[in-house]
Amino acid sequence: MADVAAPSSIRTRRLPAWLKLPVLVGIAIIVFWIVASLSIDLWPIYDPIDMVGRRLQPPSADHWFGTDALGRDVLSRTLHGARFSLMMSCAVIICAVLIGSAIGAIAGYVGGIVDGALMRLVDITLSFPPILLAMAVTAAMGPGLQNAALAMIIVWWPVYARLMRGQVLSIRSREHVEAATAAGASHARTLIKHILPLSWSPILINATMDFGQVVLLTASLSFIGLGASPPTPEWGSMISEGAIHFYQWWICSGPGVAILSVVLGFNFLGDGLRDLLDPRSK
Amino acid sequence: MTAPLLEVGNLTISFGALEVVRDVNLSLADGKTLGLVGESGCGKSVTMLAIMGLLPDHVRVSGSIKLRGEELLGRPQGELTALRGKRMAMIFQDPMTSLNPVMTVGEQLGEAIAIHNRGMTRGDRQERALALLRLVAIPLPDRRLLQYPHELSGGMRQRVMIAIAMANDPELLIADEPTTALDVTVQAQIMELLQRLQAERKMGLMLISHDLGVVGDIADEVAIMYAGRICERGPVDAVFDSPHHPYTHGLLASLPQIDRTIDKLVAIPGSLPSLSARPAGCRFHPRCVHAQDICRRAEPELRTVASGAIAACHFAETAVVSERATVRA
Repeated sequence: MADVAAPSSIRTRRLPAWLKLPVLVGIAIIVFWIVASLSIDLWPIYDPIDMVGRRLQPPSADHWFGTDALGRDVLSRTLHGARFSLMMSCAVIICAVLIGSAIGAIAGYVGGIVDGALMRLVDITLSFPPILLAMAVTAAMGPGLQNAALAMIIVWWPVYARLMRGQVLSIRSREHVEAATAAGASHARTLIKHILPLSWSPILINATMDFGQVVLLTASLSFIGLGASPPTPEWGSMISEGAIHFYQWWICSGPGVAILSVVLGFNFLGDGLRDLLDPRSK
Repeated sequence: MTAPLLEVGNLTISFGALEVVRDVNLSLADGKTLGLVGESGCGKSVTMLAIMGLLPDHVRVSGSIKLRGEELLGRPQGELTALRGKRMAMIFQDPMTSLNPVMTVGEQLGEAIAIHNRGMTRGDRQERALALLRLVAIPLPDRRLLQYPHELSGGMRQRVMIAIAMANDPELLIADEPTTALDVTVQAQIMELLQRLQAERKMGLMLISHDLGVVGDIADEVAIMYAGRICERGPVDAVFDSPHHPYTHGLLASLPQIDRTIDKLVAIPGSLPSLSARPAGCRFHPRCVHAQDICRRAEPELRTVASGAIAACHFAETAVVSERATVRA
């Protein structure tokens, strides 16, 4: 037993077991993008809106990722794009989690007709393909990043409502909840102090995983012209502009790699969190 | 003379068409212990939940439950919430699952105090929590306040549960099989603790158990339940020394005795009838060796028997008494 475990114990001596290589890579990618989006104005790079070189230049020492159809620096635009994508995802996920968990918790705790009504609303919302629903909502309200964010909150809250309802249903039948009621705790206190603190871990895991998905959907909406409008350096609209110039592959590559890395990073982190928080996956 | 602490009259509880408990009468005076004994599924836990007002809304409860003369049945939930934990408290069976795993012992005690003492300062609450832990004789009480339930042993957790139940000096303490999930040695300590607290505080203690030994030791009165009805009730010595209901007799006979060599464990034949298929007549007749025609037809009423207890058996005066005689001979 001891000699079998020896090699892994050397590797894990300094790090907890859930911090595996992919998780570390994920954290590194996310930290890079967060730092980039917060400090991008201080970086010694070109302005993302100015035409700083000749148009459609391939990658070179001056322009590492080349230039686009208007002679703007692709690297600079990609890095600046992180700010929109991350802020957008943050806002969408936080709102969706808060709204969804509140509704789910109430549905699960109150039960009966309230539960039925709220959950049918969830079912209806979830029955639409996410991108179609987001497109419909954005198209109805008019293109723009804010409306796209609203559309995505409408798409995402039901996921958290369902998750939270399930958690509350399973935890409310535990004995310590009955014991709290027997000690004279009111409904609000029971829900807030004895049920919710035990139910957040799957929500957190799901939120982390969804972060990348929101980045992807933001880009998709912008790609079809419903999100950011030019000349905003947003990844989706950059890819959309670059798609016209198919043989100048570098124009799409910058934002493409950025989206890929963010989605991958959050998925890696989400996997790690699940290992950490979910006892069943151990 | 003030009204008795707890008086349950003709309590009948139904889940839809299923009648789980029927015509249960119990009473408990201050400083006394009432043992409620029966097999799993006989309705003792449901009875207790009804007293605490913890049954879900769709369950029909009729009869009366009076706490010091005040009717509890039909009261709005808000008023019951104010009573629970204050005048009547409860200890659950499994201390492993009855404590909130993400709150420290101190926080949970503090909460139990805060619920019924709005406006008490944090410092006062902590002090009271510490006093409660001392009351239940937990070693190193000031360290326990900062610990989580998983850091404590089963016996200590049950002590914490008892401390929480004692937080507001309840008049009535209901203990639902408080020692079933514990080691035998710890069981004795917990029962001793409950007995001591009850004597000090003059509480009424309702002890639900299927451990006849424990009930015999500490209860003043005992009620034996079978299939949702009380089949025998009375002072514990009377019931245990001279049972008049064949079921009570069977329960007592099935206890192995440490000072007697036996070849075979005695069991009551058959098993508890299901809720939907309770037999007509006396509910115990399919398992009763003394069953006659009348047992299959008519349900016996509770009546006073020679020992001073009351029993629900058509042959309370003859059947078991003669059997006891043969056992002794």
